[in-house]
Amino acid sequence: MDLGPVESFGFFVPELILGVAVIALIVADLVVRRKDLLGMAALATVAVSLIAVVATLPDKGDAYLFNRMIVHDQFSLFFKIVFSLATFATVWMSLDSREVQRVSQGEYYALLLASTLGMYFMATATNLLMAYLALEFVSLTSYVLTGTIRHNRRSGEASLKYLIYGGVASGTMIYGMSWIFGLTGSMDYAGINTALAAGQEDSLALFVAVVLTLAGFGYKIAAVPFHMWAPDVYTGAPIPITAFLSVGSKAAGFALLLRFFFPALSKLGDGGQWQVIGGVEWPQIILVLSVVSMTVGNLAALQQDNIKRLLAYSSVAHAGYMLMGLVVLSDEGLRSVLFYIMVYYLMNIGAFAIVMLVANSTGREDFASFRGLAWRGGAVPAVAMAIFLFSLAGIPPLAGFVGKFYLFAAIIRSEFYALALIGALNSVVSLYYYARIVRTMFLDQPQGDEGVVSLDWSTGGLVAALTVGTVVFGVYWIPVINLADRSVRFFLG
Amino acid sequence: MDNILTLMIFIPVFGAAVILCLPRGNDNLVRWTAVAATVPPLLMAIWLYFNFDRSVPGFQFLQRAQWIPGFNIQYIVGVDGVSITMVLLTALLSFICIFASWGIEKAVKGYFALFLLLDAGMMGVFVALDFFLFFVFWEVMLLPMYFLIGIWGGPRREYAAIKFFLYTLFGSALMLISILALFFNTTDPATGQHTFDMLVMMNQDNHSEWLRTGVIFGQSVPLVIWMALFIGFAIKIPAFPFHTWLPDAHVEAPTAISVILAGVLLKMGTYGILRINFAMLPEATATLAFWCLAAVGVVNIVYGALCAMAQTDLKKLVAYSSVSHMGYVMLGMASFTQQGINGAVLQMFNHGTVTAMLFLLVGVVYDRAHHRNINGFGGLATVMPVYTGMVAVAFFAALGLPGLSAFISEALVLLGSWQQNPGLTMIAALAVILSAGYMLWALQRIWLGPLNEKYSDIEEINRRELFTLIPLAALVIFLGVYPTAVLDLMGASLNNLNSVVAKFL
Repeated sequence: MDLGPVESFGFFVPELILGVAVIALIVADLVVRRKDLLGMAALATVAVSLIAVVATLPDKGDAYLFNRMIVHDQFSLFFKIVFSLATFATVWMSLDSREVQRVSQGEYYALLLASTLGMYFMATATNLLMAYLALEFVSLTSYVLTGTIRHNRRSGEASLKYLIYGGVASGTMIYGMSWIFGLTGSMDYAGINTALAAGQEDSLALFVAVVLTLAGFGYKIAAVPFHMWAPDVYTGAPIPITAFLSVGSKAAGFALLLRFFFPALSKLGDGGQWQVIGGVEWPQIILVLSVVSMTVGNLAALQQDNIKRLLAYSSVAHAGYMLMGLVVLSDEGLRSVLFYIMVYYLMNIGAFAIVMLVANSTGREDFASFRGLAWRGGAVPAVAMAIFLFSLAGIPPLAGFVGKFYLFAAIIRSEFYALALIGALNSVVSLYYYARIVRTMFLDQPQGDEGVVSLDWSTGGLVAALTVGTVVFGVYWIPVINLADRSVRFFLG
Repeated sequence: MDNILTLMIFIPVFGAAVILCLPRGNDNLVRWTAVAATVPPLLMAIWLYFNFDRSVPGFQFLQRAQWIPGFNIQYIVGVDGVSITMVLLTALLSFICIFASWGIEKAVKGYFALFLLLDAGMMGVFVALDFFLFFVFWEVMLLPMYFLIGIWGGPRREYAAIKFFLYTLFGSALMLISILALFFNTTDPATGQHTFDMLVMMNQDNHSEWLRTGVIFGQSVPLVIWMALFIGFAIKIPAFPFHTWLPDAHVEAPTAISVILAGVLLKMGTYGILRINFAMLPEATATLAFWCLAAVGVVNIVYGALCAMAQTDLKKLVAYSSVSHMGYVMLGMASFTQQGINGAVLQMFNHGTVTAMLFLLVGVVYDRAHHRNINGFGGLATVMPVYTGMVAVAFFAALGLPGLSAFISEALVLLGSWQQNPGLTMIAALAVILSAGYMLWALQRIWLGPLNEKYSDIEEINRRELFTLIPLAALVIFLGVYPTAVLDLMGASLNNLNSVVAKFL
C-alpha cells in the first residue's frame, strides 16, 4: 500500500501520542506547580505509546506512509518497541536520579520524548532526506539532554564534544547521500534499489558514497572509528541519559543502518539470503568495522577507572558484536541482531540503573564507589549488577549468552570461522573488565569512606524487572526470538 | 524413575533457592538445608549404582524434552558407563564437602547457595547429552566457582579466581565455535534438520562431507575442530602447558572447594575428551592421540611430579600431584586398549577420592596451624595418631601402593599403554618413583621425626572431619581390593567407545 497524508494517520497513532505529549509537557511546565508530576506524565505517555505500538503488531498489512516518506512494517514495529522500552526505563530512572532532579523537569522530559519520536522516524524512514532529518532530530535533542545539568563542566564539555562530532558525522553523511542521489536519481529507498539493480552506476563512486554515508550511521551506533565521542559523552551526561544513548540511540542507529543497507542496497533472494547489488561489497566494510569496534572497544575498556566510561567502551564493543550479524547478509543474521538489541537493552539499562543507584548515594561513578558494595548493605544491587555484567560478557545461563550464541550461529552457518573466533576471543577479553567490577563489589572489602547504598522500592522495581528478564530470557527465550523472527520483514513495496 | 537424573541436577538448585530465602543469622539452619539438598542426589546415585544395567553399552535413564524447538535445542540427559562413575563421584563429594565447609563463617548463606549451584552444574555436565545443554552446564559452574574462590579463598584469592575464570572461558570460546560447527554439519536422519543431540553427533554417518574431509585454515576440518575442543578440555584437566591456573586456584580456594576442583572439575576435561572428541571425531582422535594425549600425558606425569617435589607448601604439593596423576588418565585414554581406557576412567574415579582425601587432610592441619609450610612441622604423628593414620592411607594411595585403589588404575593404564606406546610408558612407570619420592618426603617432614614443640598441644582430628574422611578411605581400600565394583560399571560402554576409535588406528 502507498498511502497519502490523510490515510496515513491510521498507522501514525504512537507518533501522534508522543508528539502531542511533547507539546503538552512544555505547556504544562508553565502552569503546573508540582514538577514531579511531569515525569509521571512522561512515563504514562511512553507506556501508552508502547501499547499503541503493540496494538498494531498483529499484522494489518504493511504500507508506505505520507507519500513514501516513512513506512509501517514489522521491522519498524520492533524498533518502536525497543525505543519505547528504552525511554520508559530512562524516564523511570530519571524519576529516581538525583542528578536529574536538579534540572528543569518540563524541558527534560519534553526533550526525551521528542528524542524518542525522532527515533521512531529513524526506524521508519524510507527516504534519504527523511532518514537524515530523523537522525538530526535525535542528535539535536541528545546534545541538549547531554548538557542538561547546568553549571556542570563535565556535562557541558560532553555536550559540546557530542555536538562537534555529530556535526561532522552528519555533514559527511549528507554529503554521501547527495552522491547517492546523484548516482541513482532517487532519494526513495525503493527507487535507489531499482536504479542500482539496473547496474548502470560507477561502482567506485558508489563506494565513496556508501563510505561517507556510513560515517553518520557509525557515529550513531558508536562503532570504531566513529566512536570517539562516546566515552566523553557517556561520562558527562546524566546517568539516565547515558543509558538512553547507549541503548536507544544505538538501536536507532542500527534501525537506520539496516534499512539503508538491506532494502536499499541489497536484494532479497531465496531462503532469506540477501545479495549485494550495485557492485559495492559493503559487507566487507562492515566486517572490518565489526572486528575493529569489538577489539578496540574491549581493549580500551580494560584500562578505565570510571564505570560509565568503561561501559561506554563496552558499548562500542557491543556495536561490533552486533555488526557481525550484518556481514552474512541473511535474515538469520538480521534476526540475531534484533535479538541481541533486545537483550542488550535489558542488561545495559540494568547496569546503568545500578550505576545510578550507587551514584545517588555516593555522588561518584568510579571503581572506588563500588568497593565492597555487597558488604555494605548493597548485596541485592551488587548481585543484580553481577548478573548484568556477566550477561554482557556472555556467560550462560544469562540472556547475553543467548544473544551472542545466535550471532555466532548465524556467522558460522555462513562459514565465517575467523570472524567467529575473533568475536569469541573478544568475549573472553571483555570478561576481564566486567569481572573487575564484580571483584570490586564482592571480593574487595569496604574501607569505610564509600557511603551507604540503599535500594529504594522504585529503582528496585526497575532493577528487578530487568534482572528477571536477563535471567529468564537466558533460559527460555522463545518469545523474544519469535518477536525478532517476525520482525525481520521489510516492506519492499 | 525416568527423571532421576533431572532430579539429581535440580534438587541442589532448589536447595540453593531455599537457602536464599532463609532468615539471616541462623547459620546452622543454612548448613543443614545444604545437607538436605545433597542427600537425595547421593541416595539416588546409590540407587543408580544398583540399578544400572552393566551389560548395555549405550545410554540409560534417558530423558528427552524439547527446549528451544526453533533451534533444535533439546533437554537430553542420560548416563552410560563413562558418566555414571562421575555422577557417583560428584554426588559423594558434594555431600562430603558440605560437611567439610562447616567451618565457613563468612556469608554462610551465599557460600552454601553458590556451592549447591556448583553441584548442579557439575552434575549437569556429566549427564547432559545435548551439546548446547552440556555447554550451558559447563559454563554455569564458572560463576559459583569464581565467587567461591574469590570471596572465601586465601590471600591471593582474587588473582586465582580471575585466572581460573579467564582460562576456562578461553577454552569455552573455542568450544562454542566447535559446537556450532558440529551443529551445522550434523543432520538428524529422523528429522532432516541440524541437531545438538550428542547421540546423533556420535554417528559419523550423520556428519556432512565438509566435516569429514573439508579443509579450513589450511588444515583438515576434523583435526581443527578436534584441537579446538581439545584445548577447551585440556585447560580443565589441566594438561601441560595449560596447567598454570591450577596451583593458584587449588591453593587459594577454601578446603571444600579445592576438593571439588581436584575431585570433580578436573575430570570434566578428560570426560569431555572421551564423550566428545573420542565419540564424535574418532578418526581425528586416532591421528592426534599420540602427541596430544599420550605425550602430553607423560609430560604431565613427570613435570607435575617434579614440581610437586619442589614445593614447600603442602597444598601446592597436592595440587601438582593432581597434574601428575591426571597425566595417567590421558596416557591410558591414548592407548586404545581395553586395559588402558578402563584404567583411565578408573583413575579418574580413584584420583577423585584420593585427592579429595589429601585436600581434606591438608585442610585439617591448616585449620589448626594456620600455615601449610612442609618444613614448619615435624613429628605430628606423636600428637595426632588418628589423623596420621588417615594421612598414611591417603598418601600411600596417592603414591600407588598395591592394595589401595590408585595402584589398580595406574597399573591398568601402564599395562594398556605398554602395548601401544612402550617408550612413553617406560617414562611414566619410572615417574612412579618420583611420585613416591615427594609423597614420602612430605610424610616424613610433617608427620614423622621429632615433634616440633610448637605443636605439642595441637588438637587431634575431630569427629566431623573424620566423618568426611572415613567414607573416602573406605572406598580407597575397598576399590584397592575389589576394583570390579567400579570397573564392571564402565566396561561395556568403554569397550564400545574404544572399538569406535581403534578401527581408525
